[in-house]
Amino acid sequence: MSAMAPGQQKVGVGAAGIAPPFSGARLQRRSLPLQVTISLFVLMAALGSLAYPGFFSLQVFLNLLIDNAFLCVVAVGMTFVILSGGIDLSVGSVIALTTMVCAWLVEQRGWHPLVVIPLVLLLGTGFGAVMGVLIERYRLQPFIVTLAGMFLARGLCYVISIDSISIGNEFISDISFIRIPVWGGATLTVSAVVALVVVALGVYLAHYTAFGRTVYAVGGNEQSALLMGLPVRGTVIGVYALSGFCSALGGVLFMLYMLSGYGLHAMGLELDAIAAVVIGGTLLTGGVGYVVGTLFGVMMLGIIQTLIAFDGTLSSWWTRIAVGALLFVFCLMQRLLRTREG
Amino acid sequence: MTNDTSLVRRALRHRLLWPVVTLLLLLALNAAFNPTFLHLEWRDGHLYGSLIDILNRAAPLVLVALGMTLVIATRGIDISVGAVVAIAAALAASMIGGSLVVKDGAAADVSRFPMWLAIAAALGVALACGLWNGLLVARIGMQPIIATLILMVAGRGIAQLITEGQIITIYYAPYFFIGGGYLLGLPFALFIAAAVFAALYLAVTHSALGLFIQSVGINPAAARLAGVKARRLTVGVYMLCAGCAGLAGLIISSNVKSADGNNAGLLLELDAILAVTLGGTSLGGGRFSLVGSVIGALIIQTLTYAIYSLGVPPEINLVVKAVVVFVVMLLQSAEFRAELRQRLFRPAPGGAVR
Repeated sequence: MSAMAPGQQKVGVGAAGIAPPFSGARLQRRSLPLQVTISLFVLMAALGSLAYPGFFSLQVFLNLLIDNAFLCVVAVGMTFVILSGGIDLSVGSVIALTTMVCAWLVEQRGWHPLVVIPLVLLLGTGFGAVMGVLIERYRLQPFIVTLAGMFLARGLCYVISIDSISIGNEFISDISFIRIPVWGGATLTVSAVVALVVVALGVYLAHYTAFGRTVYAVGGNEQSALLMGLPVRGTVIGVYALSGFCSALGGVLFMLYMLSGYGLHAMGLELDAIAAVVIGGTLLTGGVGYVVGTLFGVMMLGIIQTLIAFDGTLSSWWTRIAVGALLFVFCLMQRLLRTREG
Repeated sequence: MTNDTSLVRRALRHRLLWPVVTLLLLLALNAAFNPTFLHLEWRDGHLYGSLIDILNRAAPLVLVALGMTLVIATRGIDISVGAVVAIAAALAASMIGGSLVVKDGAAADVSRFPMWLAIAAALGVALACGLWNGLLVARIGMQPIIATLILMVAGRGIAQLITEGQIITIYYAPYFFIGGGYLLGLPFALFIAAAVFAALYLAVTHSALGLFIQSVGINPAAARLAGVKARRLTVGVYMLCAGCAGLAGLIISSNVKSADGNNAGLLLELDAILAVTLGGTSLGGGRFSLVGSVIGALIIQTLTYAIYSLGVPPEINLVVKAVVVFVVMLLQSAEFRAELRQRLFRPAPGGAVR
């Protein structure tokens, strides 16, 4: 960064808000947080490999993805919301509601999972879309609307059942036990593959479609996006619907992971998702960021947990403190970058 | 138009009207289904009754909502209050000590540190948390929701660090007075909340402080140019909010006689924001009402009480709360009101047509 000439810096100022996929100097500047995240990830992986025997194996790294597949999917949806300048606090409770509805319909109503899963995906999308309509049409704050959505979804879980419903359905447990061989003895689960596909689709959607470009434009400056004649209204609703869909899909993955439905599932997951997005280099004010970064943000959260687990002497609450510290560093970095740009 | 109607109109336009009406309706609902609801009784030198119970249980929420009101008035938000509650409770509990000391066959009141020191330390840590939040917002210029998100994430970790992952049970009887004691027949927690409210109310109405806070909320840049020390004020407001959360933490931990780093004050930030919104404070900053926030907190507690006493399954509580938030939000939205007006009085001339 320090090698960058002053003349080059000015390039980034003009088109704030619209990030084309790749373009020279501006890319360097905007992707600095992402570069830091990736370097930090590699550094932590290297340190872990040196410090703990058995850490450096493909399976350990694939496990990062397997254990955080649901978080990854949710965080991709959250990336779009944050890129558009909003926030979605309801994701964790939508996950819980999805697991609950799935478990209830499959176990107690005897529906087939192949019917239930599309249904819950549709429900999640609808849930998000309604919040999007409230936010866009009535100019309500995303923070408050999604907060109420969070209350509502958690409450609906308890309306279905207060207790955890475990899932014994053969079809579902079969899927959750499938292992896809990758290389050597290492394997991936179906969930992890779904997560990777979602990330790939997210990258495509963000950087190569009109919808994605509009999301960046709205996040950069909603007024100018409106004046440019972009379909702001539909895009904002679409972003929350997308986040709702991702949460529901994350919920299905979570159900595969836990094999149960429970109203207390995924408590506080919204914070992890936001943290992953920020650590992945997306600006919380909207308009700047990369979907790929979110994948690394999720992996970063995963590797912190793995390191703490490998260490064995550190207690689990150090994870939260470490994530908080990391959040602080990245917010500070974003802030300093913006000051220099402005 | 006569004078009479204009008075009624002014009352109808008063922004505390709807919160008060909501609270009265909820109280009436409770009273209708529970004949002993409004009944107060003097027993063992204390005043007993459902109303006192509601006030007592609402005290921590009132405190947090008061601090939150001022933060929101400066166009900020503090979502770390729940974590601060947990930290303050954890520190106080761990300094008082979690072991039962039995002397001569009876539990002795032994504390590791003097109680005043534990309380001072807990409040001090809470203020430090507020200072941290305030500096991030005012000095570094982070968005308030993000700045306080950091402490919200890390705070529970810190609280667990203090309690070493355990739930600390407190056996030191004098400490129970804060959250469970009675003064002049009324719960002591009520006096704490009332004192904080009175102090803030006087400061806001009888000095320029309220005006300064409002001006920062309406336009921070203009306020700074007009000579308001906006940064210092912002830091102060966040410290105040965290201090209120610390007090609430003391009350809660003293009331349940334990401190749980994971669950103390869980979702309290949401209830507090809800209380502030219900009380008519605009989330966009500027317009605020301390009285409204107190009423908002009482509405939430009365609602909870009604849900329990009406025999509605408590799990519906969250759904009811969500519906209330949605309705209040929509009523606050100018766009929604315009649309509603259009629907109700369709041929209204000059209506807001978009």
